[in-house]
Amino acid sequence: MVPLSYYLILSLILFSVGMAGVLLRRNIIIVLMSLELIFNSVNINLVAFSHHLQSMAGRIFVIFTITIAAAEVAIGLAIIVAMYRRVKTVYVDKLRGMKG
Amino acid sequence: MEQIFFFIFAVVAVGSAVAVVAFRNPVHSAISLMVCFFQVAALFILLRSPFLAAAQLFIYVGAVMVLFLFVVMVLDLGRASFDEPVFHRRIWGIVVVLGLFAEVVYLTLKGEPSHIKGPYVDGAMMNNTEVMGTLLYTKYIYPFEIVSILLLLALVGAIALTMNSKGE
Repeated sequence: MVPLSYYLILSLILFSVGMAGVLLRRNIIIVLMSLELIFNSVNINLVAFSHHLQSMAGRIFVIFTITIAAAEVAIGLAIIVAMYRRVKTVYVDKLRGMKG
Repeated sequence: MEQIFFFIFAVVAVGSAVAVVAFRNPVHSAISLMVCFFQVAALFILLRSPFLAAAQLFIYVGAVMVLFLFVVMVLDLGRASFDEPVFHRRIWGIVVVLGLFAEVVYLTLKGEPSHIKGPYVDGAMMNNTEVMGTLLYTKYIYPFEIVSILLLLALVGAIALTMNSKGE
């Protein structure tokens, strides 16, 4: 029996690593991968609480999260492909089209 | 015994997550992300949710990772990625991450989760998939329908975005 706090700390570490990836990397594909890491840490959190409280709500919610994440990846990668055709770069620093 | 497996999966998951952020080459990052998804699926099995583990493998490792690798291949980013500029205010990023980490560690160790236990004990989770399917088609039928419409929208949107303006 693994205590709940172990899962919470693991999920926190994954979240922090994902957030560091979003904040520090400039390659937009790796930013999207880090977003997936954050999604996964949230899923671990939901399932751990669901297991701890002996409820099904968190597990059902994880199914919806996984679906939303799949939709997000499909749209996000489509946007990246469309953007790459236009500006020929994947670095978020080079995207200054909307800078005031 | 369960704790040993938990620590194995957790260490590999954190290591591969760090590798995702640290590798220069997007292909290596994608492979590390796949390893991390595998470990998360194993953790779902430790948490008595085998259906979620299977869904995680099918959707993340099967679909999402193939999509990532496909886009890396189409855009030909494998070797052009060594001149990535560094974030000029990276110190603030590190400060934000460490601050959030310290705050949530404090809250996790101090906090006490409420103990309103539901009816789904480990014995009832033996037929996990059945329980989940029943709930999904009765109590959670409206979110289920909405999320299926959202998937359809994402499908149409992805095709519309990647098509050329000439419609080819």
